[in-house]
Amino acid sequence: MPEATGTDDIDGVQIDLISGQRMEGMASMEKIRMILDGVHDGNIVILEEGLTPDEESKLIEVTMAEISPDEFNGIEIETYPRSGPSDSSLLGRIMGSDDSTAKLTVIGPANQIETLHKDETLISALVSRN
Amino acid sequence: MGLFTELKDSISRVTDRLFSEQEPKRIGIYGPPNAGKTTLANRIARDWTGDAVGAESHIPHETRRARRKEDVEIERNGKTVTIDIVDTPGVTTKVDYEEFTDEMDKDDAVRRSREATEGVAEAMHWLREDVDGVIYVLDSAEDPITQVNTMLIGIIESRDLPVLIFANKIDLDDSSVKRIEDAFPQHKTVPLSAKEGENMDEVYENIAEYFG
Repeated sequence: MPEATGTDDIDGVQIDLISGQRMEGMASMEKIRMILDGVHDGNIVILEEGLTPDEESKLIEVTMAEISPDEFNGIEIETYPRSGPSDSSLLGRIMGSDDSTAKLTVIGPANQIETLHKDETLISALVSRN
Repeated sequence: MGLFTELKDSISRVTDRLFSEQEPKRIGIYGPPNAGKTTLANRIARDWTGDAVGAESHIPHETRRARRKEDVEIERNGKTVTIDIVDTPGVTTKVDYEEFTDEMDKDDAVRRSREATEGVAEAMHWLREDVDGVIYVLDSAEDPITQVNTMLIGIIESRDLPVLIFANKIDLDDSSVKRIEDAFPQHKTVPLSAKEGENMDEVYENIAEYFG
């Protein structure tokens, strides 16, 4: 991730909005590394198209390995829940209707981001500067 | 992954399950911390084998290692199913040792949090590699629409694993089974109180039917 310039003396929270196009050619571990590097720096990472379920599973595993007392408590992650019957069945995937990864995903350090409200259509979060 | 590779993998998973009828199925008990997973595992194990699986506690992350109880034979309506119960640590995306400092000193809290993180990673590994079906346990007095629940149900679905949702703690005043049914309408929800032993007949009927 390129470094933001001219922000050294600004007291704020950096937000990285990462497009689906940027994630497209990346391997799963590259995506996870990029997300966690950003979160370790105190940034809020927003993914236009989210992660696959397998990548989410690995993200949890790698996050757990990196938790360290008084330094890093883990992540807060939010996506919209899928409503209605799951469309990730084999048939759904064959028909090309699997949209399980096309979901806006917000990830931040657990000690800086707090979800205030979440439903099928709205995620409301409070971000602090720590 | 290409469509045909995915198709092959999916068919392979289904046939593996069909042709391994003789082997006890490993059923993972998953869910967020403090949903009552170990209480449920103990209830099932005690009812059918006389033994318990592990210690229960009101402090989150009491279970920090996946524990397997083998060859639990459940009989319902003339149908018998033999399963291995895998009680897993509660899954979360964050662990803060300060959460435990009211109950223990700092060193023990740090140790507990470190073991908890290892346990969560272990639970995820079991889910990806080593379980044939999932009982997903939720505290019916809590809001089920959380990120951990949404993600885990998505991960379970993506692996084509059969899943039953157990709405636990129906003995509590704030319990709402409907809230869980509405959150995950694509899956069967079974209400119960593992602690009080309420509705266990329906629990065993569903286990025998779903995983038999």
